[in-house]
Amino acid sequence: MSQGSSGAEGAAQVPPGHRERQRKRRRRRRKESRTRLVRSNLLPPEAEAEKSKRTVLASNRLKTTKYTALSFLPKNLFEQFHRLANVYFVFIALLNFVPAVNAFQPELALAPVLFILAVTAIKDLWEDYSRYRSDEEINHMECLVYSRTEKKYISRYWKEVKVGDFVQLRCNEIIPADILLLSSSDPDGLCHIETANLDGETNLKQRQVVRRFLELDSEFDPLKFTSVIECEKPNNDLSRFRGYMIHKSGKKEGLFKENLLLRGCTIRNTEEVAGIVIYAGHETKALLNNNGPRYKRSKLERQMNADVLWCVLILLIMCLFSAIGHGLWVWQYGEKKKPIFDVPGPDGKYLSPVLASVYLFLTVIIVFQVMIPISLYVSIEIVKICQVYFIHQDKDLYDEETDSQLQCRALNITEDLGQVQFIFSDKTGTLTENKMVFRRCTVSGIEYSHDANARRLAMYQEPDSEEEEVAPKGGTLSQRDSICSHQSIKVVHRSQSTKTHRRTGSRAEAKRASILSKHTAFSSPMEKDITPDPNLLEKVNECAKHLEIMRSHEQLLSHLSPELCDIFDFFIALTICNTVVVTAPNQPRQKVRDRFELKSPVKTIEDFIRRFTPSRLTSGSNSSSSSSLATSKSVHRFGLSVLSSTSTESTLLKLEEKLSYSAQMNNNGYSSQQGRTPVGSRPQEGELRYEAESPDEAALVYAARAYNCSLVGRLSDQVSVELPHLGTLNFEVLHTLSFDSIRKRMSVVVRHPLTDEINVYTKGADSVIMDLLLPCSSDDPQGKHQKKIQSKTQNYLNLYAVDGLRTLCIAKRVLSKEEYACWLKSHLEAESSIENREELLFQSALRIEKNLHLLGATGIEDRLQDGVPETIANLRRAGLQIWVLTGDKQETAVNIAYACKLLEHDEEIITLNAESPETCAILLEQCLQCIESKFSNNTVDEATGNMTVGFTPLYPPPPHVLSSLGLVIDGRTLAYALEPALEDKFLALAKRCRSVLCCRSTPLQKSMVVKLVRDKLKAMTLAIGDGANDVSMIQVADVGVGISGQEGMQAVMASDFAIPRFRHLEKLLLVHGHWCYSRLANMVLYFFYKNAMFVALLFWYQFYCGFSGSSMVDQWYLIFFNLLFSSLPQLITGVLDKDVPADMLIAVPQLYKSGQNMEEYQPHMFWMNMIDAMYQSLVCFFIPYFTYYDSEVDIFSWGTPITTIALFTIILHLAIETKTWTFLHWSSCILSILLFFFVALVYNASCPICHPPSNPYWTMERLMGDPMFYFTCIISPIVALLPRFLYRTLQGTLFPTQLQLGRQLSKLPPEIRTQLLTKLNVKRETTLQTQPFADSFSLNPGSNASGCYTAYHQSSPLPAPQQSESPFPEPARAERTRGRTAAASPQGALLYGGNRDPSAASGPGRSVGFHGVALSTSEAEALPAGAAFPWNSAPEQADGSLLRWVTSTPLFSRFGAVPPASGEAAPGVLSSGEGPEKSNQDD
Amino acid sequence: MAVNYSAKEEADGHPSGGVGLSGGGAAGGGGGAVKTRKPDNTAFKQQRLPAWQPILTAGTVLPAFFIIGLIFIPIGIGIFVTSNNIREYEIDYTGTEPSSPCNKCLNVSWDSTPPCTCTIDFTLEHSFESNVFMYYGLSNFYQNHRRYVKSRDDSQLNGDNSSLLNPSKECEPYRTNEDKPIAPCGAIANSMFNDTLELYRLDNDTRIPIPLIKKGIAWWTDKNVKFRNPSGDTNNLTALFQGTTKPVNWPKPVYMLDSEPDNNGFINEDFIVWMRTAALPTFRKLYRLIERKNNFQPTLQAGKYSLDITYNYPVHSFDGRKRMILSTISWMGGKNPFLGIAYITVGSICFFLGVVLLIIHHKYGNRNTSADIPN
Repeated sequence: MSQGSSGAEGAAQVPPGHRERQRKRRRRRRKESRTRLVRSNLLPPEAEAEKSKRTVLASNRLKTTKYTALSFLPKNLFEQFHRLANVYFVFIALLNFVPAVNAFQPELALAPVLFILAVTAIKDLWEDYSRYRSDEEINHMECLVYSRTEKKYISRYWKEVKVGDFVQLRCNEIIPADILLLSSSDPDGLCHIETANLDGETNLKQRQVVRRFLELDSEFDPLKFTSVIECEKPNNDLSRFRGYMIHKSGKKEGLFKENLLLRGCTIRNTEEVAGIVIYAGHETKALLNNNGPRYKRSKLERQMNADVLWCVLILLIMCLFSAIGHGLWVWQYGEKKKPIFDVPGPDGKYLSPVLASVYLFLTVIIVFQVMIPISLYVSIEIVKICQVYFIHQDKDLYDEETDSQLQCRALNITEDLGQVQFIFSDKTGTLTENKMVFRRCTVSGIEYSHDANARRLAMYQEPDSEEEEVAPKGGTLSQRDSICSHQSIKVVHRSQSTKTHRRTGSRAEAKRASILSKHTAFSSPMEKDITPDPNLLEKVNECAKHLEIMRSHEQLLSHLSPELCDIFDFFIALTICNTVVVTAPNQPRQKVRDRFELKSPVKTIEDFIRRFTPSRLTSGSNSSSSSSLATSKSVHRFGLSVLSSTSTESTLLKLEEKLSYSAQMNNNGYSSQQGRTPVGSRPQEGELRYEAESPDEAALVYAARAYNCSLVGRLSDQVSVELPHLGTLNFEVLHTLSFDSIRKRMSVVVRHPLTDEINVYTKGADSVIMDLLLPCSSDDPQGKHQKKIQSKTQNYLNLYAVDGLRTLCIAKRVLSKEEYACWLKSHLEAESSIENREELLFQSALRIEKNLHLLGATGIEDRLQDGVPETIANLRRAGLQIWVLTGDKQETAVNIAYACKLLEHDEEIITLNAESPETCAILLEQCLQCIESKFSNNTVDEATGNMTVGFTPLYPPPPHVLSSLGLVIDGRTLAYALEPALEDKFLALAKRCRSVLCCRSTPLQKSMVVKLVRDKLKAMTLAIGDGANDVSMIQVADVGVGISGQEGMQAVMASDFAIPRFRHLEKLLLVHGHWCYSRLANMVLYFFYKNAMFVALLFWYQFYCGFSGSSMVDQWYLIFFNLLFSSLPQLITGVLDKDVPADMLIAVPQLYKSGQNMEEYQPHMFWMNMIDAMYQSLVCFFIPYFTYYDSEVDIFSWGTPITTIALFTIILHLAIETKTWTFLHWSSCILSILLFFFVALVYNASCPICHPPSNPYWTMERLMGDPMFYFTCIISPIVALLPRFLYRTLQGTLFPTQLQLGRQLSKLPPEIRTQLLTKLNVKRETTLQTQPFADSFSLNPGSNASGCYTAYHQSSPLPAPQQSESPFPEPARAERTRGRTAAASPQGALLYGGNRDPSAASGPGRSVGFHGVALSTSEAEALPAGAAFPWNSAPEQADGSLLRWVTSTPLFSRFGAVPPASGEAAPGVLSSGEGPEKSNQDD
Repeated sequence: MAVNYSAKEEADGHPSGGVGLSGGGAAGGGGGAVKTRKPDNTAFKQQRLPAWQPILTAGTVLPAFFIIGLIFIPIGIGIFVTSNNIREYEIDYTGTEPSSPCNKCLNVSWDSTPPCTCTIDFTLEHSFESNVFMYYGLSNFYQNHRRYVKSRDDSQLNGDNSSLLNPSKECEPYRTNEDKPIAPCGAIANSMFNDTLELYRLDNDTRIPIPLIKKGIAWWTDKNVKFRNPSGDTNNLTALFQGTTKPVNWPKPVYMLDSEPDNNGFINEDFIVWMRTAALPTFRKLYRLIERKNNFQPTLQAGKYSLDITYNYPVHSFDGRKRMILSTISWMGGKNPFLGIAYITVGSICFFLGVVLLIIHHKYGNRNTSADIPN
């Protein structure tokens, strides 16, 4: 933007003349390349040159297919050859055509690679075909296009729509292309569209007819459209569109995104619109944004690729060995005495040893090609597709409320789900429901706690509670008159139908609501029904009464007391300072044309002057003041809608009605339930529906409605508010300064109908609003009062934040006419500017949003989603470190974190708030030191300067960090901490923390944090979020998860997996992630083993065939072994094997750690598998070797048993590794073996002279009649698999892995299992508890001088007598050392060692031993665990100092009970001397 | 395989599953029934197929080890005994030792005329009761060399007339000789074993020739299906092989291998046996059969014998060895104690491991598994 403006200036400064013309031309050319010209297609055809250019524009035909019938083969092959493995196999196959080196029948050697290519091609073809089908479906949708010949709109297919066509759309039609809106049946030239298809946002968006066409008197006639549209080249920015319309007169007019209807959206609430197509087909923004599924490479796959390279290396070594061997073999016979069996070349000459070995090298590459598993990639793809299918099908990942299930968008990183180490979560909408509920507010310094409302919300929290069913209804109504005391239990307004399914409770209701409002935005009853605070309601009523009196007495509003005035303004602001659209459900929204003659918004200065001349103003005020009652009449006169017919009478009527209900309810709690249905169908008002762009807005509007201040209609220039005693007030909206994330506020400029003043109502984040308030002098009482209000409000805001509420400040400003005129001038300039409109509008907004008068603040609750704390707790037990990155303010975030158990109250919280990079560096340094010294002592010294932390270690660091830490960091500090100089320190600190909370972070920071952790810690990261601000984070993370919630689809579009709810993450990771990982890891390892084992057989044979590259295995078996005989069982196992049942994985989340530590597929496992493969192949080779040594056996009669043995061994090996046998496993294994025999028999009987050179005619048949064949085939696999089987058995018995234990646990009878599991959980608790106890006994908890900052620590160098006091320290220490050694040893040994320790035999020692194990695991992850610290919220510090502390809070409440003041009073270093005494006293 | 596959409806089915649908229908204006995307609750899709989950612990696998042990040891003993009952006698007649009678023939070449002959006397300690198989054995002879194995034309050997005159390229350089196609072509045929072995029993200085049967030594399928003489109007092999030439190393053409017409040409059994290339560089090939004549006399009684060798086949140049083997056979083929020993050993090991596992199971098997799941 700035570029453009500077360019324009530069051009203006250039002296006129030749150079300028040249420049102009150049600029135009450049411009032409950047912009697009659109003309009406109805105009007579233009010059040929123009036409040729026109053809460049994309047609509206959708073509997402990759191939055409012709291009399929070459293009697909080309794409497939991008995969190196395919090139390799084709190369090998082609090598077979060279006679000197060929090993197999060349045609046969081509078969497997062709098969693989064909399978992939068929898969691609099928995918492409389904794309084609859906394309065709879309292409053949119909729409109305204006035809020049017929002079009317005629029906055409979408694909026939061209740029420049005129398209007419009706209500509920889908927009076929990006269309510039030129006409609308709406009198205001508006059109509502629903963009759910595009971004998932269900609220309606307004679009506007191009301004000039709005003023057209007659109906829009496409034939008369002669203007040229110049606009941007197609781009994918949904939120931007810029262009001009150049009219014939030469006048230019700006076009903005408000004028553009985007393809894929649906027309709503507007009967008919028409427009000209600007972008069609693939150039539409919708399609440019659609970039298909993403390709990521999983960690496992990366590891696998490394091992594939190892395989290549092994292959090369084997080939080289063979080549050298052959060279030597040839050489030993010398030149003279060539043996009879060494066949010379076709020319009759013998090869030299060197040449022979070179040829042989190539030959054995062909023979050993199986070493590189040709089917590996295809198999993995198949397995992953099946895994994705099963994840899709999991009903536990289905959300009934939204009828959505998990979507896998990235098909190839399923196993990454099983290895996640870090979760980065957004807060709003991810942890919380993103359903904003008005909770409490403060107006002019007085807080209204809305206790009843809080209780009502609490009801929703426990949907299962029985009392909810029985409790009387209608509390809302009774509350209206504040007759009932607010202590009475207020109950939710629930409809009858929800009673039937009480299990789902309010969620079922919400679901119903969501279904009911299928294609509109909705709010659940929870959000809608707000119980007003009686005090405030009283005041509102009083206020309204006053107003009525005043108006009837022609008094001015200012005579109202300032508080009431504020309350009135507060609710007016809540009602109108938003972009909420009012609709009635289930009918096309029609608007009341009870508008004034004024056209809004104000467009020109003249207009303004005309409209705001005093005479006009008075008349306007008259009309408006009188209109308040007259409106209802006008409504009836127009007879348009029920929605704005809410008049005073009706309100009164309703009130009476409600009164009677509340009375009824008081009499009989049950009877009111029957009476509820009519209440439920409250007329008129109840049917109004608010559609807001953000849920907060709707919440506020609903809140205002609870106070009888309801929004009943919104037009572009006017808002109608219904008030209890005043009837409907129409506010003339002069401007709406919409919300943006930089200003963090929105404003409306309205003309107040009662006072006729121009008011600015602003609503925004407290931090910004508080800075914009009118500075009030402390001299005059008014100002003093105001100042008091401000500070009170600030206090309440802080309290709200502590409660985890989202806070918004409401302020207003009264503008004088002059001020307004002055501002308007600049604002109009900004609005009409074309070049950098946004920038100017922003500046303009800043100019008017100042000197505000604070009205009050609201606290909106964003409720936690179901099961979030449990999910977080379980995920954490699974060893996942959870970071929450939120844009919310620190207090809110911290409190949500507590609510969702991200931070625990016994946890130590480190808060980092620094104001400069230097302080940040110091802070980090100190925190690190503090942690390094294991919290021997730390204290906060807030007296000196901004931030000083004093940590003085008392003792040398003990071996363990025993406290769990939480880190809270704000956006600014985060920015410093993410700088390269500090990032390592930051990470070192964060790594030690159990949870990290980043507040006030920007989307970019979010992604930077993720990137930092991903790159620096080499950790597997998962980012989960629901909004557009999480997109960057989701994209950066290894696994991106989107919550398909209400806040649009951007996060989902960017994600790899989309889940409906946060709690689904638990099963997705712990069960599916684990399964996918373990299945794939095992499959990959098995693949390597299998091929190595098979190839090694051939390699051993080389020693007995003069390294000549012979193979005793028939080439058919060799080539199809992987594809046919051994592939099915491993696929089945790869798809279906369950190492541990799902319920165990959930019940024992610790099992997830195996994936994080890559236990299933560690680098050494590859080599172990290779060694095992070597051993097995040796067995499978040499048992037949010795059996048939010096016998009359021929090559293939000997090779076939070996093949059979290898097949048995390989399948039995898989059987050992398979943990779960379903009938599919059984049948696949049996089928494979039967298939082998079948193929072998048929092949060996098929043709006596075919298949040279092997020619295995009748071999298998003969072998099967030979008992030796069976004896060999029985013994070899058993000998081959004995070590592995024995190892697994011993492992399962003596040193089982956690997974094996989990499996064993799952086999126990249910009662015992539950018993054990509870014991396990109890043990976990005791781990947390006994440990500090032990420490408290053995160690001094430090000084009490610093009160709540008492540090505790545990130290080994304690005097012996103290140890003897407690039974715990000795074993505790013993197990600690054990734990440490265990952590260094392979996982298996860990438990073994722990349990075989003599101390484990005794009862207490045994349980301690368990703790030791636990500690060692946590230590292995550098995660401190074990100690428990009660957290002290220290509310005294809330004002500011709360933000800047690094605390370690005391161990026990008895320490915490020591006056916290002393901590601040006596800052400094703790003395070590006092510690032991204190502890002894306490003992 | 009859697994309970109808585990569709489980306890946690949804009683109110239809409510959502009806609610959707009531919404109106939507058009069409609202289809829920809820996944099917089938055992397969929910991955709850009935399954067997074996857990490998000492306790569970114990029986397997004992069973293997108990089965393998008797089998091993059986095989071992069978193998031990086989009589086998072997003479190396290569002649590398100077004392060997065949030492003079050590450096024969393919085309040496007249053929070198030598006689080796030997004594059978035990009599051979059943039918005796006479083998010739070659060592250090790589009949499994890749290029060697390929060097044949199966369709020529199958009697295909066009291949007869135009053998496969695989036969190079033994495809043609002096512009005539070689029949049979290729290196295998060219290197055919051509020593003649004759066996005599020395009974008081009288050499009693032992009848050696030269038919029935090849696979039946080879003799009858795979190998065929070229077809033609005549039965005269000479005519049928018209236009071909003998392999370079052969002294006479293929149609003169034997006098009997059903053992001549490509269907000569010695030839067929030779053409079945051996798997390992030390191998034996069946040469002749010695049938037991009657039930009262052993086939070869203990005593002195002499072997007459027409030494044509040069192996000394590549350090090969030639042997003559006499062997009876059993159901398991020739004498080979290996498999029996292997079975006995594996069985014993398994049994031993079973005992070890039993001890382990006794000591550790009853541990409380839950205590081991770490936190």
